[in-house]
Amino acid sequence: MMRIHAELQGVTRVYPATPTHSAVHALGPVDLALGRGEFFSVVGPSGCGKSTLLEVLAGLAQPTAGSITFESATIQGAVPDGVGVVFQDDASFPWLNVRENVAFGLKRARLPAAEVRERVEYALSFMGLDDFALAYPAQLSGGMRQRVCIARTLVTQPRLILLDEPFGALDQQTRLLMGDELLRVWRETGATVLLITHALDEAAMLSDRVGVMSARPGRIIEVVKTGWSRDRDSRLASDAQFGNITSRLWRVLREESLKGLGRTGTPPRKQETI
Amino acid sequence: MIRRALEVFLFLAALTALWQLLYLVSGDVALSSPRDTAIAAMELLIAESFWRHVRETFSAFGYALFIAAGGGLALGLGLGLHRLSGAVAEPILVSLYSLPKITLYPLILLVFGLGMSAKVAFGALHGIVPVTLFCMNAVRTVNPAYLKTGRIMRVSRGAMVFTIVLPAALPEVFSGLRVCFSLTLLGVLIGEMFASQRGLGFLIMNAVGLHDVRTVMAITLLLAAFAVCANSVLLMADLRLHRRV
Repeated sequence: MMRIHAELQGVTRVYPATPTHSAVHALGPVDLALGRGEFFSVVGPSGCGKSTLLEVLAGLAQPTAGSITFESATIQGAVPDGVGVVFQDDASFPWLNVRENVAFGLKRARLPAAEVRERVEYALSFMGLDDFALAYPAQLSGGMRQRVCIARTLVTQPRLILLDEPFGALDQQTRLLMGDELLRVWRETGATVLLITHALDEAAMLSDRVGVMSARPGRIIEVVKTGWSRDRDSRLASDAQFGNITSRLWRVLREESLKGLGRTGTPPRKQETI
Repeated sequence: MIRRALEVFLFLAALTALWQLLYLVSGDVALSSPRDTAIAAMELLIAESFWRHVRETFSAFGYALFIAAGGGLALGLGLGLHRLSGAVAEPILVSLYSLPKITLYPLILLVFGLGMSAKVAFGALHGIVPVTLFCMNAVRTVNPAYLKTGRIMRVSRGAMVFTIVLPAALPEVFSGLRVCFSLTLLGVLIGEMFASQRGLGFLIMNAVGLHDVRTVMAITLLLAAFAVCANSVLLMADLRLHRRV
């Protein structure tokens, strides 16, 4: 029996009409339950509301309808304690060096200096950034900058980590290696992870379950259970089951992507798991 | 480093040669020779009365720069953070930026009277608009991911301005301050040229009245040397800030 850590019930998000644009129904209704310590990925066609889903769960945006709970408390338009987010865009602060970037959140939380130092050193070491502690983001590659962002999230010891296409701007090899890093973070911290991605192979490799979203307004139309063991890594890519999962995801997603492009497809499938 | 120094030396030599050529073509009526100008500049630098005028000009410049930079930063920050106010103010500021400010000088003289305050106001009027525009646009275009990160870290709105918005906007704001520096100096000098009894602008106009080409060119040379040196330092700092982005 899954212990629910975060839950969305009937969540919709509608952007109201403006003088130049009509109202946009971006998301939902979405019903989703994340188990404690689970790695859940969401894939879906471009513009289906994946990032909106992440923002409402993070408390960065208010849902138009429905309710969101995290650790049994309702999230109401404010970022709850214990949630960390890594964005696709490079969000490392260019005016701070790597150590200062990683320490940023802790200093704002006014933690004792000794604890800040201890947590920062651990996060730098964990993410392999010890040798770059004094470097500025402009001196680092895209992959390294994303490591800085993950380390900055890690030091706050989040219990729910939300990642919005964090490796979208990286090359394939770096993405695979960063995926391994992410799995290591997940295993070590025991946090619940929600990953938004457009890469089916990434979702299939990293996740316990993958949710497929429909074209806008995005709903979860299928949830695929992968059945991987907890100590998995990118070598799964050569497993026969990996191909089956990716094919399964693509079959569902292809229909929705065609709809997203304005072409017709077969009617959406009912939610199911394998 | 040596190569850079050599490039600067060659540039200055070429400029001096061109100046000498122009002097030979136009004669004493319009220009003084580089040699005469350098001697006149040295004479000015050792004259105590010259330094009184320098103090007057740079006092006015200091006050004007403080008002333009401080006011521009505050205004730009406010307009950048409040989208509607920024959208309303931007076309007004752009129009004001392109308006020849000299047309407003009679009005400034009527309001502030002759003297230091009019020069300061005129200098500040030149400098405040570019800082405001640069700062407003820099604040508006701060990477949204930085702001979301701040919210995730539960940084308060006030702390967000000082720990995220301003540092992120700093390279663009500094570019605005560099433009502000040059335009404020220009405004103060123009103010002294048309309605003042003291300052370097007044000295230039006085020398023009006496057809003392040598002094006009010597003061211009000293002002140009100051402006180039100050701008070079600011440009280096500007490039350093932009390299971090």
